[in-house]
Amino acid sequence: MVDDTRSIPHADLLEVRGLTKVFGQLKACDRIDLTIAKGEIHALLGENGAGKSTLVKMLFGSLEPAAGEIRWKGKPVRIASPGEARRLGIGMVFQHFSLFEALTAAENIALSLDRDTPIGDIAQRARQVSAAYGLPLDPGALVGDLSVGERQRIEIIRCLLQEPELIILDEPTSVLTPQEADKLFETLERLRGEGKSILYISHRLEEVKRMCDRATVLRHGKVVGHCDPRGETAASLARMMVGTEVLQVVRQAPEGGATREPVLEIRGLTRRPAGPFSVPLRGISLTVRAGEVIGVAGVAGNGQGEFFEAVSGEALQDDAGMVRIRGKDVGRTGISARRLLGAAFVPEERLGHGAVPTMTLSDNLLLSRYRTDAKAFLAAAGVVRSGVVAAASKRVVEAMDVRKSAENPEAAALSGGNLQKFIIGRELDRQPALMIVNQPTWGVDAGAAARIRQALIDLARAGSAVLVISQDLDELFEISDAIAVMHDGTMSPPLPRAEATYEKVGLLMGGAEPGHFEHAHAGAA
Amino acid sequence: MRLELVKRPQRSMLFSALSPFIAFVLTAAAGAIMFALLGYNPVKALGTYISPLTEVWQLHELAIKAAPLILIAVGLSVCYRANIWNIGAEGQFIIGGVVGSIVPVLYPTYESWLLLPLMMVMGMIGGAAYASIPALLKVRFNTNEILTSLMLVYIAENVLDWLVRGPWRDPNGYNFPQTAQFNDYAILPAIASSSGRAHIGFIFALVAAVLMWFLMKRMLKGFEVRVMGASPRAGRFAGFSHGKMVFFAFMVSGALTGLAGISEVSGTINQLQPVISPGYGFTAIIVAFLGRLNPLGIVAAGLVLALTYLGGEAVQTALGLSDKVARVFQGMLLFFVLGCDTLIHYRIRLIGAKAEPAAAQPAARLEEAH
Repeated sequence: MVDDTRSIPHADLLEVRGLTKVFGQLKACDRIDLTIAKGEIHALLGENGAGKSTLVKMLFGSLEPAAGEIRWKGKPVRIASPGEARRLGIGMVFQHFSLFEALTAAENIALSLDRDTPIGDIAQRARQVSAAYGLPLDPGALVGDLSVGERQRIEIIRCLLQEPELIILDEPTSVLTPQEADKLFETLERLRGEGKSILYISHRLEEVKRMCDRATVLRHGKVVGHCDPRGETAASLARMMVGTEVLQVVRQAPEGGATREPVLEIRGLTRRPAGPFSVPLRGISLTVRAGEVIGVAGVAGNGQGEFFEAVSGEALQDDAGMVRIRGKDVGRTGISARRLLGAAFVPEERLGHGAVPTMTLSDNLLLSRYRTDAKAFLAAAGVVRSGVVAAASKRVVEAMDVRKSAENPEAAALSGGNLQKFIIGRELDRQPALMIVNQPTWGVDAGAAARIRQALIDLARAGSAVLVISQDLDELFEISDAIAVMHDGTMSPPLPRAEATYEKVGLLMGGAEPGHFEHAHAGAA
Repeated sequence: MRLELVKRPQRSMLFSALSPFIAFVLTAAAGAIMFALLGYNPVKALGTYISPLTEVWQLHELAIKAAPLILIAVGLSVCYRANIWNIGAEGQFIIGGVVGSIVPVLYPTYESWLLLPLMMVMGMIGGAAYASIPALLKVRFNTNEILTSLMLVYIAENVLDWLVRGPWRDPNGYNFPQTAQFNDYAILPAIASSSGRAHIGFIFALVAAVLMWFLMKRMLKGFEVRVMGASPRAGRFAGFSHGKMVFFAFMVSGALTGLAGISEVSGTINQLQPVISPGYGFTAIIVAFLGRLNPLGIVAAGLVLALTYLGGEAVQTALGLSDKVARVFQGMLLFFVLGCDTLIHYRIRLIGAKAEPAAAQPAARLEEAH
């Protein structure tokens, strides 16, 4: 230790000054300043597209900053690769896991360790870490058989095995039930107790308020404030994130109750798994009546995607009576026939499922409506009336306030929120009798999300039936008249809004039997 | 040190349009280098290579070579737009020629104005039926259509070879492996018989290109093809069937290729021989991509590739070079076209040796601190 002035322990573990990243015209990060002290949980708040992921990728070495400085323990460093970041002591748990489903937990961990450690030793160390931090995990289990919460534990253990001093967690609770999230918070507090620092990325303000020591708020690539989240309200944090007041969604209870006409009736819907890692559907029954919004909650990967495919008709059922739309058995008819009965569908993936990324908006309008609007959109012999389609596309853009850079841009050129507004608007424009939406506001900024939610409620109040599948409980509680829960391919009966609580829904998401809430804790853990 | 392709934020419209021409220039430059290395005056050799453009009868030959290339490539463009990889056009071409020849071979005395339309239709049916084999295998058993369609080429070649040596051999043909010459009613008429041999197969190609352009650009079916190619999942969401699309693409492509086959047999060769195609089915793949999978672009590309055949023959006869020169030019052209297209979408970044030590530095410092 020659340079003794530098060896004084520095209070700040990580210090970022003026960090900037430019993509083409867009400044994804614009002179970001951030400090993370040793032993603190630091929240990074911001809407989608605010620059959180870009910032984190620069800290983890996946992206190279255009300008600015990163100081680690007081010394300037250049983090050129994730391996470099790991050697410094920065670990990261990604929102989207990078695990091989056909390998065991221990094998997946081995893949990320540089050295040739025997697999047995890794399993042993993983067991120790999992016991020490209260993260139960069987290292020999195949990842494909594990729940999302368990997969996240593998990622966390994999990260902890590298003994990082700073752990970056990207939206860790977005895939967890409320109870699983509580377990995660315990683990994080234990880590903080050991003097480790955590950079916690989230848009869930309640958990940030509950757990984080400091928060940095980003908007449009710039830091708009540093604050102590415990001294703020959820509303004040939201205002900092969005920049304006967020539109409040208005919902009145529907009228008429069970006398209203059932629009969608699902009876004993069963589906064999389509692939080795897809979830079978097991005897799902559900009725959605005109005028109501039914929410379907559940942790990702419990069959929501399979359920959507079955109900939309992208996958056919074994028995025609399993799905009825407006009194007609449609189990054996495809998506176009179901659309002709007045149903409209919005899948979870925008690019590549709900829309073709390389096609224009007007082409993408035609995508889901060439059959239902054939009279208007098609001339003789299947010639497309492109003028009429373009006019309809313009109508949707205006009705939903879709912001775009060109007259008729490719779908991929729109931001996630604007494309989602377009896709939802494309279906609303038809005034469907039945609307089925999977993850309506996934990755959508708060303003657009509020607009989409309000549009769904308004559609129901105008007399349509609306079914919303979502992993965002706040969203479901905001818009639903009743909430059903999917777990492992089964679906609970819908809980009326008045009876549904986060606690109850959370337990169902973890797999508790409805009606046995008191005893379910042990089972769900 | 390594190379990395980085996607460009925006692609230049100007260079997208210029790309095929840049590819031509690069091909000519590389061809000149090749001629020079072989010991020929590059300017003179290149001049010989494009000399077929200077004479009317040679332009007829150009049309004869371009017609099958354009017809096949227009069909292939539908497949490739739908992300279906039909590599077996050569086989569909041969079977189209064989099936279209059934009537004139087996009933050589049948003389009627109906004969030619009948032959053309049978050629299309033959090509489409042969193309439906890899389609069926793909839809039913999920086999890879690249392999199956390619392997069927060799089967088709052997079927033709067996027919002309065996059952269909001309009894008065001195044991040459070929069928009897077709009668006049079985031969496609020439466009302008006073100036050259070009037959109305070239007109078929132009009509097919225009019709296919309209189908792809303006009709729902073309929209379906584009959707299925760009995003099969979105296509399923739209209610399009992947299996039907596989059959549609293969059979349209097979029918046009079969038409090319029987047109070549009827209009150019006038009989069946052991070999009826100098690799048109494979060269058409280059034509399809050089034409940007756009039927109108394919017409231009077909003419260019036809020139590589004629130019190859010209340097062979005039300079005594190998006939493989044509193949080399075709290969270079495809290479430069794909290269230009890639560089329009991506730029090359050198991950140089200088980044490595800089990256290692902080780690070394950290160890020092420990």
